Amino acid sequence: MTLRSLTPGGAALILAALTALGLLVVLPLAMVFHEAFRQGLGAYLTALAEPDAWAALRLTLLVAAISVPLNAVFGLAAAWTIAKFEFPGRSLLVTLIDLPFSISPVVSGLVWVLLFGAHGWLGPLMQELGVQVIFNVTGVVLATVLVTLPFVARELIPLMEQQGTDEEIAAITLGAGPWTTFFRVTLPNVKWGLLYGVLLCNARAMGEFGAVSVVSGHIRGLTNTLPLHVEILYNEYDFVGAFAVATVLAGLALVTLALKSALEWRHAGELAAVRRH
Amino acid sequence: MPLIVEDIAKRFGDHVALDGVSLQARQGEFLALLGPSGSGKTTLLRVLAGLERPDRGAVSFGGEDLLAMDARARRIGMVFQHYALFRHMSVAQNIAFGLEVRPAKARPKPSEIRKRVERLLELVQLQGLGGRYPAQLSGGQRQRVALARALAIEPRMLLLDEPFGALDARVRRDLRAWLRQIHDETGLTTIFVTHDQEEAMDLADRVAILRDGRLEQVDTPERIYEAPASAFVFGFVGEGVQLPGEVTDGVLSVAGWRSPAPAGTPPGAVTVSFRTESADMLPATADGLAARILTLSRRGGSSRVTCEIGGQTFTLQAPKSLIAPGVEVRLAPHAVIIHPK
Repeated sequence: MTLRSLTPGGAALILAALTALGLLVVLPLAMVFHEAFRQGLGAYLTALAEPDAWAALRLTLLVAAISVPLNAVFGLAAAWTIAKFEFPGRSLLVTLIDLPFSISPVVSGLVWVLLFGAHGWLGPLMQELGVQVIFNVTGVVLATVLVTLPFVARELIPLMEQQGTDEEIAAITLGAGPWTTFFRVTLPNVKWGLLYGVLLCNARAMGEFGAVSVVSGHIRGLTNTLPLHVEILYNEYDFVGAFAVATVLAGLALVTLALKSALEWRHAGELAAVRRH
Repeated sequence: MPLIVEDIAKRFGDHVALDGVSLQARQGEFLALLGPSGSGKTTLLRVLAGLERPDRGAVSFGGEDLLAMDARARRIGMVFQHYALFRHMSVAQNIAFGLEVRPAKARPKPSEIRKRVERLLELVQLQGLGGRYPAQLSGGQRQRVALARALAIEPRMLLLDEPFGALDARVRRDLRAWLRQIHDETGLTTIFVTHDQEEAMDLADRVAILRDGRLEQVDTPERIYEAPASAFVFGFVGEGVQLPGEVTDGVLSVAGWRSPAPAGTPPGAVTVSFRTESADMLPATADGLAARILTLSRRGGSSRVTCEIGGQTFTLQAPKSLIAPGVEVRLAPHAVIIHPK
């Protein structure tokens, strides 16, 4: 494909797109940093040095570190099952995997309260066992896992369906067992897609607000994640604090995004090779 | 007979893919499974490979019950139509795969694996390409890698599923001769699935013709061509004329032409077949099947004509003399093949 010279109409469209992008994405992001540094670097650093802010960062990283691997394994297993096998209920499973995308995150949080809360279905049982799920790190993890469940599976299902089962069948006729086939043939063929899905899942796990807000109870230093902490500070009119913590969140997102772009770039080359294949 | 297939049946839902197929192959034999698409030939191959479990029947190889073993234990090399090479592995890694996944006790030493990969690359004439990836090879090269990969496990039998189906005509012809040569060198019992009758007749020691999940005939290419077991086989393996006819009192009548029926032909409605190259074209005054010439194209020493016989159109070779479009002629076949309807 050769690049065509830009027509006036095309230029206008590009300008409109850039303007919209600037207004909707770049400007708000810049505002975050601007507000955070409004009272100078000293105030910014003081706000970040706050122990509660550190606790929120630790919790956010912990939740991501638990829910992302869980959903990576689940997504891989689900995509493998759906893409490589025919079985009754297959389309139902696909729909179930999509469900967390289509329900509101608040509901995704609320279901755990209804299930494990003091007046929930399993509440009395949990109390007897001495396990607290709601207003606890466990609840935060559960809510995050539910909300981020589809990312890896959604990324892998089309990729695995497109690749089919020819290579796996060839591996079996060559004497490979099921695990060998999975780790030496199936997994290497989807590794870039898997990484991409994991990054998307991670971004959402760290940034999730709605579901986590319902189950966390907003206990400072204990069950507050970064997004919740930003809200609390903002509601207390601590704007520098709120935006300073927000820059940390934005920083995490930007790192994830940079990784994603780098992967996408490599992934594109691989996909092209696969298509030629 | 090392390979004995007995009464294999397989259905997928309502579709009967195989309906009681029995077949045998000698050690080192090159057997082609030939049939139109949907005739069950690929299903039969997948049953042999262990990729499909038949509903009934038995398969043994060298006295061993193959159906009792799963695919990975059968040591049967398989080559697929769309190559099925591991796309993230180099050519050498692809070929070595079957050796490297063996349990530690049975696995050759890395240096031995390397040596064997080199030998196989040489056998399939791809020396020096071991470091390439499948995406960097042509279709013909990929299929040769796939064959080398299948041979690497020192298979007891080689199965090929339309191996040249995705290649263009020229490459197909080259690879065909080369495959036969590899077969003769390795001495492996080879089963080859194709829907291309020319490929099957060219390549195989014997051809098994399948139709709707049943075997129509298993025979040498010569016998298949000259003594087809059914009207279907006749029509599938070459050009010819096929017309409805009738045998009464030892006389065959077809499209208004009467001739003595071959001895022992039972009376009744029949299908009459003959090869167009074994029929003489005579003037309209002679005895034979009435034919009217529609078009002709001259090519070298003979012409190809399309003509109408008994309301059907056929293409055949004809001498240059006596023909022009619209001319009435008589066709006198040297031998007719008669199958009951």
